[in-house]
Amino acid sequence: MLTISQVGRRFPGGIEALRDVSLTLASGDFLALLGPSGCGKSTLLRLIAGLDQPDTGTVRWDDGQPPEPGSIGYVFQDATLLPWATAAENVYLPLRLRGITREQAAADVWAALTKVGLQGFETARPRQLSGGMRMRVSIARALVTRPSVLLMDEPFAALDEFTRNKLQIDLLALWRDIGCLIVFVTHSIYEAAFLARRIVLMTPRPGRIDQEMQSPLVHGPDTRLDPAYAALVARITRAMEQALASA
Amino acid sequence: MNTALLPAVFAAAAIAVWEIVVWAAGVPEYLVPGPIAIVAAFVADPTGLLISLGSTLIVTFAALLVAATLGVLMAMAMAASRLAEAAIQPWAVVLQVTPLPAIAPLIIIWVGDPFTSLVVCATVVAFFPVFANTATGLASPPAELADLFRLYGAGRIRTLLLLRLPAALPYFLTGLRISGGLALVGAVVAEFVAGSGGFASGLAYRILEAGYRLQVPRMFAALVLLSLAGVAINTGLGVLGRGILHWRGDA
Repeated sequence: MLTISQVGRRFPGGIEALRDVSLTLASGDFLALLGPSGCGKSTLLRLIAGLDQPDTGTVRWDDGQPPEPGSIGYVFQDATLLPWATAAENVYLPLRLRGITREQAAADVWAALTKVGLQGFETARPRQLSGGMRMRVSIARALVTRPSVLLMDEPFAALDEFTRNKLQIDLLALWRDIGCLIVFVTHSIYEAAFLARRIVLMTPRPGRIDQEMQSPLVHGPDTRLDPAYAALVARITRAMEQALASA
Repeated sequence: MNTALLPAVFAAAAIAVWEIVVWAAGVPEYLVPGPIAIVAAFVADPTGLLISLGSTLIVTFAALLVAATLGVLMAMAMAASRLAEAAIQPWAVVLQVTPLPAIAPLIIIWVGDPFTSLVVCATVVAFFPVFANTATGLASPPAELADLFRLYGAGRIRTLLLLRLPAALPYFLTGLRISGGLALVGAVVAEFVAGSGGFASGLAYRILEAGYRLQVPRMFAALVLLSLAGVAINTGLGVLGRGILHWRGDA
């Protein structure tokens, strides 16, 4: 679906965020970009979204065209909702920006809010919602355009562990239901192991890809209790330690 | 005891003490009049003072309207282009730090028409808070939200209308409240500078006039009216701002 070849990105001030990064993304996959802060994983996500351009190398979509607005959903670490708008109005925003009227969008907005388990909260303002519920609104907003790619930049990092675990389980169910490609940036080994089918390990200064792993797990709500999950976490931990020691 | 009543109780006590001290010490009225003398001076000719207050308030609100309109437009220009920002920002600061009495005579000579020159003077004073606050508000949305708008193909104008302007509303309302008080100050200062050569109907002119005639209680009465007007403008704009934000669902 998307091929990233030998991409480099250097920011003004001389920080080399990415060097020689190559990656191929297949539609419908669930991929985690895992690494400590400063390894360029967020920069890579922005390059995929087209919000930033590489200095060297290419980001090429299979059909040769940059994707249509709305075919990419983006979820940030903060829910980044409009504080003056209701949950439904926040979810409506991407459709509104594409010129769709409120009436035409109503069914899609309702469906997206229902998908993330927020039916009944349509008229709630962000400040009336918990952190986890705000993140659900943010995910509904990203899903309302039915994107083929969902980019997530440490979306659960600011949540407490119980909320995070629940949202991870729900995200897996959503992914199975929708079948879009998810690229999930995280600095949590546990999160990457629990969610992703492909785990890409990145190291900092400069940001580059060390290696990637295929997950042997059959992902489900009880994956955390699976000995194979513990084994995968151990494998990633060891690989990450080696990568960081040699980087 | 209800703390909301405290300022009123304090004021009542202070006024009582003031009256008693003036009466007991036998201070002449043309130096420090007591509260009763001030009220009496107001009651003796309320229409004259109230008409003058109305005149000053018309200048104040005209200036506030002009300052708010110009402030929002220039803040939007700054948000739209870095060039405009570089061009406008220093001049806005120059305008803010220049004392009104120093430029008021020039404005009065150049503008000519007394009413318009008073409005221009008051606008100069009232402009900065509403402008600077709106500019801050327009720049307040987090970069991620601006990215999101870009991701969905929204141009500058839609981003301005659907993101930056709504985000700037609380900032604008705060700025407007500060500018409201300053517009009144600016109007009165301009009236003083214009003196008898000016519009000759504002409260400042009444204060000058009463001063020439040593009608000190009447000076105080005009002063009290000014203070009350200032408090009313401040409170009114505060209530208006909270009402608008409440209606929008912010609070």
